[in-house]
Amino acid sequence: MRQIPMREPDTLLEVRDLATHFFTDEGVVRAVDGASFDIPRGKTLCIVGESGSGKSVMARAVMGLTRAPGRVVGGSVLWCPDQDGQATDLATLHGNSRAYRAIRGPEIGMIFQEPMAALSPVHTIGTQLAESVRSRHAVSKRETRERGIEALARVGIPEPAARYDQYGFELSGGMRQRAMIAMALAAEPKLLIADEPTTALDVTTQAGILDLILDLQSETGMTVMFITHDLGVVAEIADSVAVMYLGRVVEHADVDTAFHAPAHPYTEALLRALPSIHAKTGERLAAIPGMVPHPFARPAGCAFHPRCHRFRPGLCETREPENVPVAPGHGARCLLLKPARKAAAE
Amino acid sequence: MTEMLLEIRDLCKHYPLGGPGLLRRRAVPVVRAVDRVSFDIAEGETLSLVGESGCGKTTLGKTIMRAHPATSGEMRYRRADGSIVDLGRLDGAALKAAHREIRMIFQDPNGSLNPRLSVRDIVGEPLRVRRIAQGAALEKRVAELLEKVGLRPEYLHRYPHAFSGGERQRIGIARALALDPRLVVADEAVSALDVSIQAQTLNLLSDLKSEFGLTFLFIAHDLSVVRHISDRVAVMYVGRMVELAKTEALFTRPRHPYTEALMSSVPIPDPRLRRARKRIRLAGEVASPINSPSGCAFHPRCPYATEICVRDVPQLRPTGGGLAACHHAETLELAGVSHIAEGAE
Repeated sequence: MRQIPMREPDTLLEVRDLATHFFTDEGVVRAVDGASFDIPRGKTLCIVGESGSGKSVMARAVMGLTRAPGRVVGGSVLWCPDQDGQATDLATLHGNSRAYRAIRGPEIGMIFQEPMAALSPVHTIGTQLAESVRSRHAVSKRETRERGIEALARVGIPEPAARYDQYGFELSGGMRQRAMIAMALAAEPKLLIADEPTTALDVTTQAGILDLILDLQSETGMTVMFITHDLGVVAEIADSVAVMYLGRVVEHADVDTAFHAPAHPYTEALLRALPSIHAKTGERLAAIPGMVPHPFARPAGCAFHPRCHRFRPGLCETREPENVPVAPGHGARCLLLKPARKAAAE
Repeated sequence: MTEMLLEIRDLCKHYPLGGPGLLRRRAVPVVRAVDRVSFDIAEGETLSLVGESGCGKTTLGKTIMRAHPATSGEMRYRRADGSIVDLGRLDGAALKAAHREIRMIFQDPNGSLNPRLSVRDIVGEPLRVRRIAQGAALEKRVAELLEKVGLRPEYLHRYPHAFSGGERQRIGIARALALDPRLVVADEAVSALDVSIQAQTLNLLSDLKSEFGLTFLFIAHDLSVVRHISDRVAVMYVGRMVELAKTEALFTRPRHPYTEALMSSVPIPDPRLRRARKRIRLAGEVASPINSPSGCAFHPRCPYATEICVRDVPQLRPTGGGLAACHHAETLELAGVSHIAEGAE
């Protein structure tokens, strides 16, 4: 594996201009089309977007799990596991290669929305946990079991020793999700990629899982990349936020800035469209007009311009916006923004 | 707002788990999906039913729609002509006539539209089946309905696959409106939609409500949506109604510990609140409707439970302007969502 020096040694994962295209019979779908973001060590980045924004496809590209007819066609995914500043470009590795498999699982753990689809129906929870433990440590059968039971206990599963020998379908939805987290964490990964892990759960169960992820993070110092469409969840757990629209990161900022001083009109509009649990009833919601365009009919210029409340004719539909650094650590792809002087000088 | 449209009294829907069999003498276990639920819906109001999966809210909606028969209880519905009928006892033509006034919108816009039918056939089906309109008249009516829900009338001959999720939901809404209903049962009608489309759909529903004077039974799990759309809210837990109150009252001062726990679990899109918030962590999991706990079904998870909660089943009774089924409803000082917001300041 070729090692590349990182610019910023505190960055665990640096994604630049990542592109995943799907080559279908009807044409090419540019599901991810130049997405860039960083995740600092020990922090949580939330990737938010509506359906069709490419957030899950992007996560799969980072994990080397892009499914045909999709293919990563460009960009880099710099993975820098140690603080020596030497990184590997995961985008250059084949998804099934030995090198990738040594990273996916032991180094980068994953949890998905549907634990039932991700858990094997014909293997016990224990068998699947053991695989995860052994990907990291060469230990005896007995110790594998002990570590597996310990992992189940750590994610708050009652009677972990009994659960170890059960199957996924014998557990409730919340417990399955906990079991999946236990599997991902038994390998002690440096990065946990969570793709909508709480979307299918009830709110009280969701609250428990979010608390669990936060607790485990502060305990182990792992980095988290959390993909969700729920802005409430983002506000609960994120350190920083990347907002995606039609395959691109249109805004990235720390969580407070993203919610209270967003720079991109799309982020602003999304926040305003949410019904508030504090508000009185009867008001109309500030809906975003129109809908996410079909991937074959991507609008020219800024892809958001047909729905944008700040649309400026003659500008927005003519040029593709570049990322504008608004402040240190805060950028947005919008033609109406002026770069902050200090940040622009960097 | 004064006249009742629908009165539900002691409604039960129990499912036996397997038949008694030839040799099996033991009593068959029963799933109490809906257990002695009573409430009213006044004409023109929006009543929301909230609760987590398995609480029986969908079963309740389906029972009103007579997708399956009720085990016991009454569903008194006041028809447009003023006559009162029990939906549970109607059948044949009488049921069909009553159900002309009660229509349903479903959660999954993909699963609830026949992919082989064009929009004209989907939206026009209730008109055709009831011989209300045919041919050109039917097309004209369907085109009108499409316009009402914000779709272009030219889309008449397209098939569901040609529409996005939000548009499909609008087709489902147009179909529900085809027979000029009075009561609409919306089962998680906006849950599968993206934020931007969800806001559009909620606005559409409230526009249609004021234009046609509709009454809504809104079944949902998202408390922010519920707060936005409802006049009153009913909270269900394991087949029973645990609280029923005006929206404002319920959200500012809940009377049932389960309502408080639900509210404290909702993620709120404001990062400043997460440090300020006190979250109630519920122990254990939702009880099973097959073998629900003794006394109050919520007692094993309730932070305020005492002896009486283990022993006696609490009845729904008037408390602070609403109804609550908790032995300690009068004495508990429970926190609503406004409390959370104040905590941040």
